[in-house]
Amino acid sequence: MPPVPIRVGLFVTCLVDLFRPSVGFAAVKLLEDAGCSVEVPAAQTCCGQPAYNSGDKADAKTIARQVIDAFDGFDYVVVPSGSCGGMIKQHYLELFADEPAVYQRAQHLAQRTYELVSFLADVLKLERVEARYDGVATYHDSCSGLRELGVKHQPRKLLASVTGLSLKELPGAEICCGFGGTFCIKYPAISDRMVADKAADIVATGADTLLAGDMGCLLNMAGKLTRLGKDVRVRHIAEVLAGMAGETPPIGAGRPERG
Amino acid sequence: MSEARDQILGSIRRSLKRGPLEETQRAGLEQRLAAPRRNLVPARAAALPHAAQIDLFLKMAEEVQTTVMRVARVGDVPAAVADYLSQRNLPSRLVMTPDPQLDDIPWGDRPMLEIRRGRAEDRDQVGVTACFAGIAETGTLMLVSGPESPTRNNFLPETHIVVVRGKQVVASYEEGWTRLREKAMPRTVNFITGPSRTGDIEQRLELGAHGPRRLHIVLIDDEAAS
Amino acid sequence: MQPTSHAFKENAREALGNANLQKALTLMRSGFPERRAAAIARLPEFEALREEAKAIKNHVLEHLDFYLETFEQQVTARGGQVHWCRTPQEARETVLAICRRLDAKTVTKGKTMIAEEIALNDYLEENGVTPVETDLGEYIIQIRKEYPSHVIAPAIHLVKEQVAASFRATHTELDPNRRLEDAPTLVAEARAVLRQKFLAADVGITGANFCIAETGSTIIVTNEGNGDLTQTLTKAHIVLASLEKLVPTLEDVSTILRVLARSATGQEFSTYTTVSTGPRRPEDTDGPGEFHVVFLDNGRSAMLGTEFQDMLRCIRCGACMNHCPVYATVGGHAYGWVYPGPMGAVLTPTLVGVAEAGHLPNASTFCGRCESVCPMKIPLPKMMRHWREREFEKQLSPAAYRYGLKLWAFFASHPPLYQAATALMTRLLGWFGGPRGRFRSLPLAQGWTQGRDMPAPEGRSFMSLWAERRKNGDAA
Repeated sequence: MPPVPIRVGLFVTCLVDLFRPSVGFAAVKLLEDAGCSVEVPAAQTCCGQPAYNSGDKADAKTIARQVIDAFDGFDYVVVPSGSCGGMIKQHYLELFADEPAVYQRAQHLAQRTYELVSFLADVLKLERVEARYDGVATYHDSCSGLRELGVKHQPRKLLASVTGLSLKELPGAEICCGFGGTFCIKYPAISDRMVADKAADIVATGADTLLAGDMGCLLNMAGKLTRLGKDVRVRHIAEVLAGMAGETPPIGAGRPERG
Repeated sequence: MSEARDQILGSIRRSLKRGPLEETQRAGLEQRLAAPRRNLVPARAAALPHAAQIDLFLKMAEEVQTTVMRVARVGDVPAAVADYLSQRNLPSRLVMTPDPQLDDIPWGDRPMLEIRRGRAEDRDQVGVTACFAGIAETGTLMLVSGPESPTRNNFLPETHIVVVRGKQVVASYEEGWTRLREKAMPRTVNFITGPSRTGDIEQRLELGAHGPRRLHIVLIDDEAAS
Repeated sequence: MQPTSHAFKENAREALGNANLQKALTLMRSGFPERRAAAIARLPEFEALREEAKAIKNHVLEHLDFYLETFEQQVTARGGQVHWCRTPQEARETVLAICRRLDAKTVTKGKTMIAEEIALNDYLEENGVTPVETDLGEYIIQIRKEYPSHVIAPAIHLVKEQVAASFRATHTELDPNRRLEDAPTLVAEARAVLRQKFLAADVGITGANFCIAETGSTIIVTNEGNGDLTQTLTKAHIVLASLEKLVPTLEDVSTILRVLARSATGQEFSTYTTVSTGPRRPEDTDGPGEFHVVFLDNGRSAMLGTEFQDMLRCIRCGACMNHCPVYATVGGHAYGWVYPGPMGAVLTPTLVGVAEAGHLPNASTFCGRCESVCPMKIPLPKMMRHWREREFEKQLSPAAYRYGLKLWAFFASHPPLYQAATALMTRLLGWFGGPRGRFRSLPLAQGWTQGRDMPAPEGRSFMSLWAERRKNGDAA
């Protein structure tokens, strides 16, 4: 009898859902290529972080309960974002610390939840991917992925296996890009300065490609780079690892002319 | 004042949702204070034999702009001090603490050293003191106040020379405390790691902010060779 | 000086345009982290020491009443005096009373954040006592009448030309034509001027990094030696300390000292770590005749037992602000009061109220770098979030923002509605984004699009595409 594939529920995240479905499809491909069966529960929208970080615990709990319900039953829940991944894996526990019944279910969900690249490398023990990407890439460590979920060496390891790609370390890779969810809306001038500093670091590497694991950071950095007229292709790491970079223009770069 | 005291202690207890500690709890805490235990002590110095601790002590001291000189015998100290001062064109007039640890040094061997024993004054440019211990872990001098070692002698003169004996070097601060507990707690314990400095102007390191600009250790290797 | 934390956004805007400040911040943002990293790389036990330091402080906080009482007994036994002050006013009055009794004309001061917190200097001056800051950075901001902009480097926001200008304006007894171009000359001038103040002072005031219950000792940590001259040469040594400074034993404080300097400046140990125990002994030939420890509550006891208790572990090292990307762009003055950066964002609302200081815990991306470098493992972002919860309850954030969030939460908790709305929005925005694939300007998003483009959505939502593929049998 063939082995039963690992049943993964994909939490696609609101920013991937709205801005860049390609990342969701890249995640599905990576998971399926690695032998998982992937489902996308329909009753998903947001992880609740905007409400949570704004101090609105009630709404955060409503949305979180929805996520807990929707992702019941999967072997694993995989998220192409360190920020949403961290929300589910760490902050749901804080959120429901005062509700023992839900806390237990949140704990069960947290144990099964992983950021995408961490899942591939740490759980599925993937050593390499079969993909090609011609270019010099630099990688930004999104804060939540790095500090809440320990995502650091996994993306670099898998990127090292991509044919044609060479990786140039980004000085200050671990410094926040200034997105911060609600922060960039509340404090746009400070956010803009932070992303300007980040863009300067990126350009100084001479890389032609910027990769990261979080759409919030990517939209922020891409928006700054295009405004500055810099020729850096910005993509989610999933697109490159899945070998799907050729199927979509880089973030913020526009559609090729249709002939 | 005692009303404020009672209110503050009361507020603390209310916040911690309890009354004053019970006797057994108090006794436990008092016991902990009466017999202090060491926490984790880094292996850096503690794992070394004593001779290596002395080497480490001097190496760490030099890292923070302390200058060091090792001499083999007590009798070598006056020459070491005189040479240090003349090499830097520093005055040979110095104030020396009345510390008995400095008494057996044959200062008369270098008569051009004009030595006044006593408390330092602002006009004193060079001061010589002994110390209580040398902490190898970070190249730190431990000095204690007393009638024979006024604290201001460590701070007023621009140049501070400290005579250290090899057997005074210990691995860690904890060993310094163990030794100190053999006496009464002095008014001041100074841990000194290098000369005075500031980074307050454009984050640039400048020496001699208020305390000494120069710190010099003369270490007497009084341990028998192993 | 009144807090200006409520004007954080304006302060920040000014700071972003301040060339001197930006120059200083550029130096700071790489310097401190590199030095800290180098120091902890040399100490394999560093992480273990952090855990121990946290445990020591947690233990103290759980038994703070005991340790304060024990400390007081020890101080009194050695001839010192402990004063208990609930409020800044009580603390100010206590200090003034000591100064008056001793007929003090000038007092020298080592660096103490508590003195800033209670606005001691202005009060002393109003009452005929002249305070002289002796920490070089504090002295500079004193003569400029500014707040400190950093907990350990108060004048870090200035360039040397600004310092020179202030020295010229203040040290009017010196030759006006003297050269003051470089840091060594400035330091030398400060040394000479302040040496005279040290010698003339009647009373010396310092803070306390730690108060040791075992021995009734207070500890200060400096690099300049100013705190030592302050307390040794005067008739009385007054220590200002908030309640949470207690540590049980000399061994316990050694543990915390090991993580302090390394976290603050990357030094192995600060140049001067000084342990002061009581007044001079009868046989001593120097030292202060009196030793006073003035404890300030000002909200600390109320923080115990709350979700903000962990903040009381703070040892004022400054590592959090040294590593904060927001602080790195706006500096300390933007925060508008005594305590800047991440620790200020948590502490300031406690001390001046969340209505005044609400911006501070909001001006964070929760990147978590502060918590990762805090030697006492304080969960700073979590406590900033608690402040946001309190503000939300009180409806203190702007209405537009609250309604926007409410709207988002409504849609997010109704997936079918959400997915219908987003299917439409993504098509519209994708279409408007055009071949360029981005927006140079977007209504309701001016803050973003002022400095950045907004990448356009691809044009379909993932959920609608996935639903389509399922219908067409493409997906599992």
